[in-house]
Amino acid sequence: MYRYDDFDAAFVAERNAQFRQQVARRIDGSLTEDEFKPLRLMNGLYLQLHAYMLRVAIPYGTLRSAQMRQLAYIAERWDKGYGHFTTRQNIQYNWPTLADVPDMLDALAEVEMHAIQTSGNTIRNVTADHFAGAAADEIADPRPVAEMIRQWSTDHPEFQFLPRKFKIAITGSPNDRAVTKAHDIGLRMVEQDGQPGFEVIVGGGLGRTPMIGKVIRDFLPREDLLPYLEAIVSVWNLLGRRDNKFKARIKITVHEHGIDAIRELVEARFNELRPAFTGEDQEILAQIEAAFAPPIFEDRPADTFDAAYHTDPVFRAWVDSNVSEHRAPGYAIAQISLKAHGATPGDASAEQMRVMADLAERYGHDQLRISHEQNVVLPHVHRADLPAVHAALKAHGLATANIGKISDIIACPGMDYCALATARSIPIAQQIATRFEDLKTEHEIGDLKIKISGCINACGHHHVGHIGILGLDRAGVENYQITLGGDHTETAALGQRTGPGFSADEIVPAIERIVDAYLDNRESDDERFIDTFRRLGMEPFKHALYDETGKARADAA
Amino acid sequence: MARPFTPKVVTGNALLEGDVIYLTEDDTWTRDLSQAEVLTDEAHAQVRLLEAQGRPSEIVGAYLADVRLDDDGPEPAHFREAFRRTGPSNYFHGKQAERA
Ligand code: SF4
Repeated sequence: MYRYDDFDAAFVAERNAQFRQQVARRIDGSLTEDEFKPLRLMNGLYLQLHAYMLRVAIPYGTLRSAQMRQLAYIAERWDKGYGHFTTRQNIQYNWPTLADVPDMLDALAEVEMHAIQTSGNTIRNVTADHFAGAAADEIADPRPVAEMIRQWSTDHPEFQFLPRKFKIAITGSPNDRAVTKAHDIGLRMVEQDGQPGFEVIVGGGLGRTPMIGKVIRDFLPREDLLPYLEAIVSVWNLLGRRDNKFKARIKITVHEHGIDAIRELVEARFNELRPAFTGEDQEILAQIEAAFAPPIFEDRPADTFDAAYHTDPVFRAWVDSNVSEHRAPGYAIAQISLKAHGATPGDASAEQMRVMADLAERYGHDQLRISHEQNVVLPHVHRADLPAVHAALKAHGLATANIGKISDIIACPGMDYCALATARSIPIAQQIATRFEDLKTEHEIGDLKIKISGCINACGHHHVGHIGILGLDRAGVENYQITLGGDHTETAALGQRTGPGFSADEIVPAIERIVDAYLDNRESDDERFIDTFRRLGMEPFKHALYDETGKARADAA
Repeated sequence: MARPFTPKVVTGNALLEGDVIYLTEDDTWTRDLSQAEVLTDEAHAQVRLLEAQGRPSEIVGAYLADVRLDDDGPEPAHFREAFRRTGPSNYFHGKQAERA
């Protein structure tokens, strides 16, 4: 795995020392909040509803066990004993005090982590497929490229005062698990005539004006990546609407100018920039790639797996929903659900973090991943070890067998924490999960993605949920709008609104009616919710939700 | 006729701890909404807000929040303020825990 070189380590140490001074100067009164705020945001420190919040980047979602243990230590030493994993492969601490943050950052630096550029109008943490390096369908591991982009974009002098934040996601698989079409730039590794390269997607994004990204280049040779990215960002840096925060993201620039005009400008700028990239970046990439060399996979029998799979139904259910195919024979990718029914999506206690770290060290080549779906992944587990892994997870409330199911809900922090929220998200997620657990219909329902955001910023990706829920404030009361038919994969689509929203009391019964309508209408048990929706459209679901006058049906069911 | 003025309190987050604080009549900060100074006059409310904003080494993001007057004192007029005074709903953390 990639390790900081001397430059990285010195850079982070210097930034931490600077920030320690800045905090001291804020506390002694020599900096005002107006002066301090941009500085703290540059270091990932927000002020939320009840406390400060520190957002720590987990670049391309990859952690070693020592890093996970340090995250647990930080949670216990300076927070309330837990952390919240977000949809952008970050971890958030919800309760630090201002004076403690410099120590937290130093503790992170000890394990080569930081909170730089997790906020502000910069190029943010580059996210990647959480199965990177392990997936059976992968063309190549996208993380070396993500690391190269991280190095290129961190503290890039031209890109510290962008019109708005800028998010890049990358996948090395045709099955898109990194939501590349909902990012400012999405990169999909592809091959043309045996040559590796990228499909470059630009102008995707959720939030107030959701857009599916558009292809700006269907094949970009691998060695052209950095100059091409630089060309895109610099074209937007000039054209982007600094006059209006809500129109500043590149999705609006692309929308207003059209993808063809943007492409022309980008290609022109690219031709200017290309000669400046003389191959040093490719040498660096080669070094980074060496650091991401796959572990040495063992060839050994998996009898223990077969025996447990046939005799233990709890284990079998977990394997069926949480374990995915690995590219190496005998191996598997195991997802650890942070969505126990009724728990807060994405939260892990310090103890759970240590359990996951221990399992990674013992059975998983020391590797962990954080998914944008707010779960943890053990990317390289031999099938023979899965029964032991499952037993350990079970003992710590981490063996919920629900990946991809109705209770595997993405939910942003919403008004329980977030200062921007218009309604809560977490309790809605908890109630939906608990309700379907009580009904015992989760496995019958099958694959169904519910995603919840507490405001139009859409951190909970509601637009691309099969069922999306958006919490709003309607005349001082929480109100939840539903969208159906969203898709976050390579066939990305935005959900459509069903109609008027539902109160906090009505929203769970409303979801239940949608699910009932799906079960009544599906052609077979194998037809997923999203497929039924695509086949039948909105009508049966609208009918289930509203009466003839368009009013929400009372919960008579 | 002018609309009646909705009573207000001055609130924001404490600089060091980051938690919710309210301005009291005697110019201290309280963590308890019921101890906050209730402002029923618009001009006076603006003055109190300016005074709070003039103490940047104690409070961050001071603003006026609407309250309703109950027998027991001020009650949050909006659910956002209700969460601020209580803490999150998923864990027994924040103000509710401090009070317990
Ligand atoms: S979607 Fe809104 S409420 Fe949720 S975390 Fe993002 S900004 Fe906060």
